[in-house]
Amino acid sequence: MDSATLLARITDYASRPNPYPLYAELREAGPVVPQADGSYLIGTYHHIAALLHDPRMSADPRTRGEMTHKPPFLRLDDPEHHRLRTLAMRPFGPPHSPGRVDGMRGEIDRITEALLEPFEAGHQVDIVDDFAYPLPVTVICRLLGVPHEDEPLFRAWSDAIVAAADVRPDDESAEPDKGGDQARMELGGYLLNLAEQRRGKPGEDMLSAFVNEPDPALRLTPEELAETAVLLLIAGHETTVNLIANGALTFLRQPEQLDRLRREPELLPRAVEELLRYEPPVHMRERIPHADMDIAGTPVPRGVPVILALASGNRDPQRFPDPDRFDPARQDNQHLGFGSGIHACYGGPLARLEAYAALGALLPHLATASLVQDPPPYRQNAMLRGPRHLPVRL
Amino acid sequence: MAGDLKDGLIVIVGASLAGLRAAEALREEGFTGSLTVVGDEPHAPYDRPPLSKQVLLGQATADTLELPMRRDPDAEWRLGVRATGVDLLAKRVLLADGDSLPYDRLLIATGTRARPWPNPEEGALDGVFTLRTREDGAGLAERLAARPERVLVIGGGFTGSEIASACRELGLAVTVAERGPAPLVGALGGTLSKLAAVMQRNHGVDLRTGVTVTALNGNGAFTGAQLSDGSRVEADVCVVALGAIRNVEWLAESGLAAGPRGIACDAGCRAFTMYGIVTDDVFVAGDVSRFPHPLFGYQMLSLEHWGNAVEQAAVAAHNMVNPGPLQRPHLALPVFWSTQFGLNIKSVGVPTYSDHVVIAQGSLEARRLAMVYGYQGRVTAAVTVDMAKALDYYRHLIETAAPFPPPPGAQDRAIAADIAIPSAVPDPSVLSHGPTVALTGHLPDRRLTVV
Ligand SMILES: Cc1cc2nc3c(=O)[nH]c(=O)nc-3n(C[C@H](O)[C@H](O)[C@H](O)COP(=O)(O)OP(=O)(O)OC[C@H]3O[C@@H](n4cnc5c(N)ncnc54)[C@H](O)[C@@H]3O)c2cc1C
Ligand code: HEM
Repeated sequence: MDSATLLARITDYASRPNPYPLYAELREAGPVVPQADGSYLIGTYHHIAALLHDPRMSADPRTRGEMTHKPPFLRLDDPEHHRLRTLAMRPFGPPHSPGRVDGMRGEIDRITEALLEPFEAGHQVDIVDDFAYPLPVTVICRLLGVPHEDEPLFRAWSDAIVAAADVRPDDESAEPDKGGDQARMELGGYLLNLAEQRRGKPGEDMLSAFVNEPDPALRLTPEELAETAVLLLIAGHETTVNLIANGALTFLRQPEQLDRLRREPELLPRAVEELLRYEPPVHMRERIPHADMDIAGTPVPRGVPVILALASGNRDPQRFPDPDRFDPARQDNQHLGFGSGIHACYGGPLARLEAYAALGALLPHLATASLVQDPPPYRQNAMLRGPRHLPVRL
Repeated sequence: MAGDLKDGLIVIVGASLAGLRAAEALREEGFTGSLTVVGDEPHAPYDRPPLSKQVLLGQATADTLELPMRRDPDAEWRLGVRATGVDLLAKRVLLADGDSLPYDRLLIATGTRARPWPNPEEGALDGVFTLRTREDGAGLAERLAARPERVLVIGGGFTGSEIASACRELGLAVTVAERGPAPLVGALGGTLSKLAAVMQRNHGVDLRTGVTVTALNGNGAFTGAQLSDGSRVEADVCVVALGAIRNVEWLAESGLAAGPRGIACDAGCRAFTMYGIVTDDVFVAGDVSRFPHPLFGYQMLSLEHWGNAVEQAAVAAHNMVNPGPLQRPHLALPVFWSTQFGLNIKSVGVPTYSDHVVIAQGSLEARRLAMVYGYQGRVTAAVTVDMAKALDYYRHLIETAAPFPPPPGAQDRAIAADIAIPSAVPDPSVLSHGPTVALTGHLPDRRLTVV
């Protein structure tokens, strides 16, 4: 088939259960594959890795001429990106808060345990709605200082924002998506208001830390605070849910690997890395060249979208031997699941901790469980790919 | 044949970073024979970089730096014993205790030691230190903890600068005396050395450049020093940071190509004899080696880099137990890091192999930048200051011999990104600190000249 339609075929909802043959086609047609809509699609590991480190590649949608207000640091370039990421890191990780993530271990275990309490043999459960979704939501709410009761409220906003940020081939007839901007404003306002309530009466949470920063040089403006909080809330759960659900699905499809993990629980951290490679929660990222470039012999003009298919790079046989095999003991596994370069995932240590706790506690339940539907129904989103529901009989 | 190489007798001389990593790698490569590691220090292998950083700040103690073992290399450790020679014909290593060890293959990883103060009497004054070993680190840390009035650091290379940084962090008065025009100039060239000088002064270092220390004063205990500009520095602690000397003297009679700049070996870590003939049973790794590198005109590189010791040890070990066609070259790019005055400095490639530089990203004012070095129109090195994540891109440019200056369009691009300025790398002989990376020509030395 025509390689110029690859992006359209990959993002087509019908491909959601198994996009991997299309990625193989992409690597075969590559490394740089021009698309009918004018974008360029790349799916080979080494080229993706190099471009994620290339300072000429912008993450900022304004580089392709889009008129929009200043995005959060996920989609900003240096030096702005560096400034905001560093400020956002202060209450979250080293060097200023080295113990924060590790200190959440006990709490993550307690939340996991509580969620698994109703999991009884003979019952049918939805691994997504009953477990994989509520766990990271509860964790990120505690971390940021967002009342968990408000979940229905921000879920609607989050859904709209994530849908608007999805990778889609440009469709001339489609209305430009304004719902995403609206939702971002509203969620931002909501979070800013929560932060304001803590001004002068700080709790242990990150919103408190942001709003009570004493040094004016280290303070976020209200707009920056809103954008950053929205980013953290969404990035903190919309991805982790996929990792846990993809993990459960992969283990249920490969009972021999499930058995092995139950026998050798010390393999779990490596199994999680392998999941991030084999079934990554984030399939694609967009970049835009600041200058005319030559990428592996293909001229790519400035200002056009370049789509990096991280999930395809993760299955590139030039990088990973036997890439379509799920091997929980795989060595030398520098996957692209968390990205790489200056935008490499900020929350990786937390996501890993959540995945160890969630999958570790789920393993005994999975041993006697079976899938009710395979493949399960998937989320619409092609970029953040994962099951919408995962019904399982225990 | 290949089976034989996995068995037999292997001796490693030098029980530090390169020696340990090679021992582990030999076992990982399937070596099942007998392995002996000889080291003149009485300790299990330990890590040196913290000696000028965490140890001086009291964040770690010198006796807790033991290198973690990836696996037990199942070796016989002969610690506290010096090797005094090697008989290439009889294939034996001679030891100071009179013993001798037969080998089938030998790895030399004897590293370097601190260059002492040239006047031994002055160097023996109480309060005068060099910094290379655990004992040095413990002694200096103890003196600094006793809060001396002033510390004099002689030499503004990486080690001297890190010591000065630690002193300031401890709130101690410190003077740095450097013969060259600025600190770090030998490693990083003119522009970044000016930044280094500004950082030192901003942090309250009394920095004296273009001067040499002519004498250390004291009657039993160090009290101060005389400088070549006629001035005098009153201080009660002095750290001599004049660079390193290769531990090669024990090979003077061996017939190997061992000289003051190290032991010459080929890209496969095999040592040369003094006639420039490559051996196939003597290997070299770590700070003591000199090896040719294709990206730098096949000149012999001489490095004092942690990362190089690790990588080269792995290649040497692989080649010691694999036949020729399966052997690997040591092609890793030199990588170095240093933390000082709150800055994280990282370098890749050989900055001194350059004629021009540009600031490709960031700026001197922001104290955050990527400086790219070019030689005859291609990229040969990059140094980042608080911008470590940028390094991979520039590493790739070096590996592909990309044109210099680097292409336009980088984010956070400096205004001056197109203006290449001379790299201003000085002749090493005008420095008090030895550069930690040096190109040393194409020839294996014929004879050892005693230093
Ligand atoms: C204070 C300090 C700070 C440093 N900071 C950094 C840094 O920030 N970044 C970086 O990249 N590098 C740094 N380094 C350099 C790094 O530590 C060295 O590159 C590394 O130790 C080299 O390892 P090696 O095994 O080759 O040599 P060495 O560590 O020098 O070990 C050689 C060993 O062989 C022994 N030996 C010598 N002769 C004989 C003999 N005849 N018989 C038996 N044994 C013998 C020596 O006593 C020694 O134990 C630093 C070094 C020092 C001293
Ligand atoms: C399994 C879970 C997760 C996965 C797979 C994941 C994946 C990723 C990826 C691929 C990127 C790079 C985006 C790009 O290059 O454009 C990224 C960035 C980011 N992630 Fe995650 N993430 C996860 C969990 C989290 C969590 C729990 C948080 C917050 C606590 C978080 C916060 C962020 C932020 C803030 C960024 C932007 C970083 C920057 O631009 O500098 N992520 N993540």
